[in-house]
Amino acid sequence: MDDKLISKIPDGPLAEKWTKRKSELRLVNPNNRRKLEIIVVGTGLGGASAAATLGELGYNVKVFCISDSPRRAHSIAAQGGINAAKNYQNDNDAIYRLFYDTIKGGDYRSREANVYRLAEVSTAIIDQCVAQGVPFAREYGGYLANRSFGGVQVSRTFYARGQTGQQLLLGAYAALNRQIAAGTVKSYPRHEMLDLVVINGQAKGIIARNLVTGKLERFGAHAVVIATGGYGRTYYLSTNAMNSNGSAAWQCYKKGAFFANPCFAQIHPTCIPVHGTQQCKLTLMSESLRNDGRIWVPKKMEDVEKLRKHQIKASQIPEEDRDYYLERRYPAFGNLVPRDVASRAAKERCDAGFGVNETGLAVFLDFSDAIKRLGHQRVQERYGNLFDMYFKITDVSPWEEPMMIYPAIHYTMGGIWVDYDLQTTIPGLYAIGEANFSDHGGNRLGASALMQGLADGYFILPITIADYLSHKFAEPKTDTNAPEFEEAENKVQARIDKLFSIKGKETVDSIHKRLGNIMWEYVGMARDEEGLKKAIEEIEKLKAEFYENVLIPGTQMQFNQELEKALRLEDFFEIGELMARDALNRNESCGGHFRIESQTPEGEAKRDDENYMYVAAWEYKGENQEPELHKEPLKYEFIKVATRNYKD
Amino acid sequence: MDFNLKIWRQKNAQEKGHFETYHVSGIEEDASFLEMLDILNEQLIREGNDPVAIERGCQSSGPVSFDHDCREGICGACSLFIDGRAHGPDDHVTTCQLFMRHFKNGATITVEPFRSPAFPIIKDLVVDRSAFDKILQAGGFISVRTGSAQDANNILIPHETAEKSMDAAACIGCGACVATCKNGSAMLFVAARVSSLALLPQGRPEAARRARNMVAKMEELGFGGCTNTRACELECPKVISVEHIARLNREFLKAKFSE
Repeated sequence: MDDKLISKIPDGPLAEKWTKRKSELRLVNPNNRRKLEIIVVGTGLGGASAAATLGELGYNVKVFCISDSPRRAHSIAAQGGINAAKNYQNDNDAIYRLFYDTIKGGDYRSREANVYRLAEVSTAIIDQCVAQGVPFAREYGGYLANRSFGGVQVSRTFYARGQTGQQLLLGAYAALNRQIAAGTVKSYPRHEMLDLVVINGQAKGIIARNLVTGKLERFGAHAVVIATGGYGRTYYLSTNAMNSNGSAAWQCYKKGAFFANPCFAQIHPTCIPVHGTQQCKLTLMSESLRNDGRIWVPKKMEDVEKLRKHQIKASQIPEEDRDYYLERRYPAFGNLVPRDVASRAAKERCDAGFGVNETGLAVFLDFSDAIKRLGHQRVQERYGNLFDMYFKITDVSPWEEPMMIYPAIHYTMGGIWVDYDLQTTIPGLYAIGEANFSDHGGNRLGASALMQGLADGYFILPITIADYLSHKFAEPKTDTNAPEFEEAENKVQARIDKLFSIKGKETVDSIHKRLGNIMWEYVGMARDEEGLKKAIEEIEKLKAEFYENVLIPGTQMQFNQELEKALRLEDFFEIGELMARDALNRNESCGGHFRIESQTPEGEAKRDDENYMYVAAWEYKGENQEPELHKEPLKYEFIKVATRNYKD
Repeated sequence: MDFNLKIWRQKNAQEKGHFETYHVSGIEEDASFLEMLDILNEQLIREGNDPVAIERGCQSSGPVSFDHDCREGICGACSLFIDGRAHGPDDHVTTCQLFMRHFKNGATITVEPFRSPAFPIIKDLVVDRSAFDKILQAGGFISVRTGSAQDANNILIPHETAEKSMDAAACIGCGACVATCKNGSAMLFVAARVSSLALLPQGRPEAARRARNMVAKMEELGFGGCTNTRACELECPKVISVEHIARLNREFLKAKFSE
C-alpha cells in the first residue's frame, strides 16, 4: 500500500462501516462552528447541498459559482432520475442490491465501503427532497412512482418528469437561499476559482477571478471543498454545459492533490447524433427512454443505403428486417444494459456499416411498440417533454419515426482522489460529487450521479469535515496577505498576461475543437497503445500551437468570455494528456475504458484483475515532468468479483 | 443561409449602448441561434476590431458577450430578445433551442438583451438577474433542516396535485416574463415558486408568509406590478400558466387577512 494513499476505510462488517466511522469522527461544538470558515466551490447538487447543510450547522460558508446564479449549475440538466434503495415497489430491492449493482456496473473498480455508504444514505435523500417540496412523480394513490434504469432489474429510480436534476437542484438551491438569507452562507456568483492556496501543507483558500470586473480576488478559509463537476468538455463536443470545466480540480492537482482514474470517462449511448460542423454541444436523450424504446439498425445493407439516400423511412422497414441488437446480444437486460455496453454495441454496428444516417454514425431508438402497448396518453406523460425536445432540435417527430441516437461523452468517473472522509491528499481540501473519483469505478449507472452529489453534500461531507475542523477553531482567520496568497495570485496574473501577450490568429474555440477531435479519435470509445501515444504527441503539438497562435481579444479587467475559455483550455490540454497517459497505463478493458488489445473473442470488454485491480492516482511533479503513478489496491472482502454478465 | 444581425453593443453598465450591424453567411439550417452567434464571434475575433465600427466610435467591436450554458433549454442562462420577442420567434423555447430554420434566408435579425430596470446590463447582451436570487432568498423555500425529514411516502400527494406543482416548478428563472411584461413585473416568476410549494402539503405551513415576503421583495427590487395582460404566459419557454398568479394572489390575500 502506498503510504500517500491512506483510504481510512473503517474495519468491520460492510453494513456497519459508516456507523463505525461516524462514531469515531470528532465534533465541533455549535459555538465554535461560527468561528470556522469553509469555502465551497461549485453550486451543483454536491456544492449547493454541502454549502446549505454546512450553513445550517452554523459554519461560515462562502460559496462560489461561475454562472450568474447558483441555480444554473449543470446538475440542472440531468433528466432521468435518482436512485434510492427504498424498495417501494416490493421488487426485492435493498441497500445491498443497490450497492451490488453499482459495484458491478462500475466493473469492479470502485471501493466497496464507499459504494455501500452511498446506497445506505440513498433513502434519506429521497425523504429530504420530498420534505423540501421536490415534486416527484406520484401514483394516483399519492405514493411515489418509480421507473427502471440501465444495468438493474428493479425499479428504484425516482423522477420528476424528464427534469429530475432541475427539481433536485432547485431543492438544494432553495436550502442554500435559506442559509444565504440567514447570513450563514455568502454567495459569490460569477466568480471563477483559478488557484488553490496551500499554507504549511494545508488548504487555506483560493484565488478567484471576478468575471464581471476581471479583478483577481483572494479568499481565505479553514477548509476548501471542491464541487466543480467533471472534465468531459476536454472532448469539446459533449453533453456537458458550455461552461463546464475541469480547471478548479486541475489546479488542486497542480498543488498536490492526486488525480485518480482520469481515463474513466462515460460515453452515453443515447445522444442526438452530430450534424454538420458548426455544432458545439451535444444533447442527451434521457436513459429513461430505454425503458420503453427499442434500439435497432436494419439487418440488410440495402435498407441502410436507402435510408441514407432518404428513399425510405425507418417505419417502412418490416419487423423481420430489423436487428434489435441489444435484445439479441444481451437477452437478460435487453435495451437496459449499462451505458458502456450499449455505447460499444452501437459503435460495433456502425463500424460494421449499419449506421442509419448520412454520416453512418446513428442507430434507431424506436417507440412504435410502446405507443401501441401503452397508448399515446401514457407515453406522452412519461416522455412528452423529451419527444418535444427531440422534435425542436431535429424537426422529426418521434411519434412518427424512430429517434436517431449515437453515443457521446457525458460524465467522468475519474476525478480528485479522496479518502473515505472525502478528503484529498491535501489536508483541509475536500472533493465531492463528480469532481471526486470515488463511487462509480469504470462506469456509472444511470440515475446515480444525482444520488452521489446529494449523498456527499447533505449527508457525508458535513459530518466528515468536522473531524478535520475539530482542532482548527482556535486558529485565527486565514490571512489573505500571507506570502502564499501573494504567490498564487502572481502566478495566476502571469498566466493571464502570457495569454494576452500571444496575439496570434486562432480563436480559442477553433483550437478546443481540434483537441476534442484528438480526444474522441484516440481516447474515445476504443483505445489502443499506438493511438494513445499518438494522442499525447498530438496534444503536445496542439498545445505548442496554442501558445504561439491563440488570439484573446479585449482586456483582463472586463467581462471577457474569451479569456475565461482560454484559461480553461490550458487546463483541458493537460487533463487530456493525463487521460491518455492513464489509459495507456491501464492495459485492460473495464467499464467505459475499452482497450482494443484486451477483449474477448465476442468483442466484450476483458478485465485484467490480476494486474489492474487498483485505483490509479497520479501525482503532479512539475511543469514538463512525468507525473508519478500511485496505486491504491482495491480489496473485495464482501462480494465475489466476477465477469460482468448482462446476457442471462 | 445568410443573415444581417443588428446587435446591441454596450461596453459596461455605465456607458450607453448602441446597435451594430454584422453580416454572417454559410449558416446551416440546423444550426441553433447561439451557434450562429458563435460563428459571428469567431468572425469578429479573427477580424480584430471592425474598422467601420471604430469609425463610428465603437470601442467594443470584439466578440459579442451573451450568457449561455447548458444549451439544452433548462439552465435558464440565455436571455436574448430577438426581433422584439423574448427568446425569439419560435413559441415556448429558450434561445438555445431556437433554430435558424425558423428564419428567412437573408433576413435582418435584431438582437437585444432582456430589458428591465431590475436587470442592469453587464455587457452587450449580458444582464444581471441577481434580483431573482434575492426574491427567492426572501422565502422561496421550505424550512426543513437536513436530516429531519420523515419517510417520503408518509406524505401522500395525489398524482394531479404533484403534476400541477411540477407545472409551476418547471420555471427556469430566465426572466423572459419580466422582459416581456410592459410593467417589467416578475409576478409569473414569483407565482411559479409560491404556487409550486403552496400546492404541496409540505409547503402549506409557510405559504402565506412566503407569498407576502417574496412579493414585498419583488416590489423593493424595482419590478413593476401585474396588470393581467398575460403576455408573460405567452412568452414563457416553459409555458407556465397565469393560473399560478391567481394562486399567488390568494395566498397573498390570506397573508393580509391574517395580519
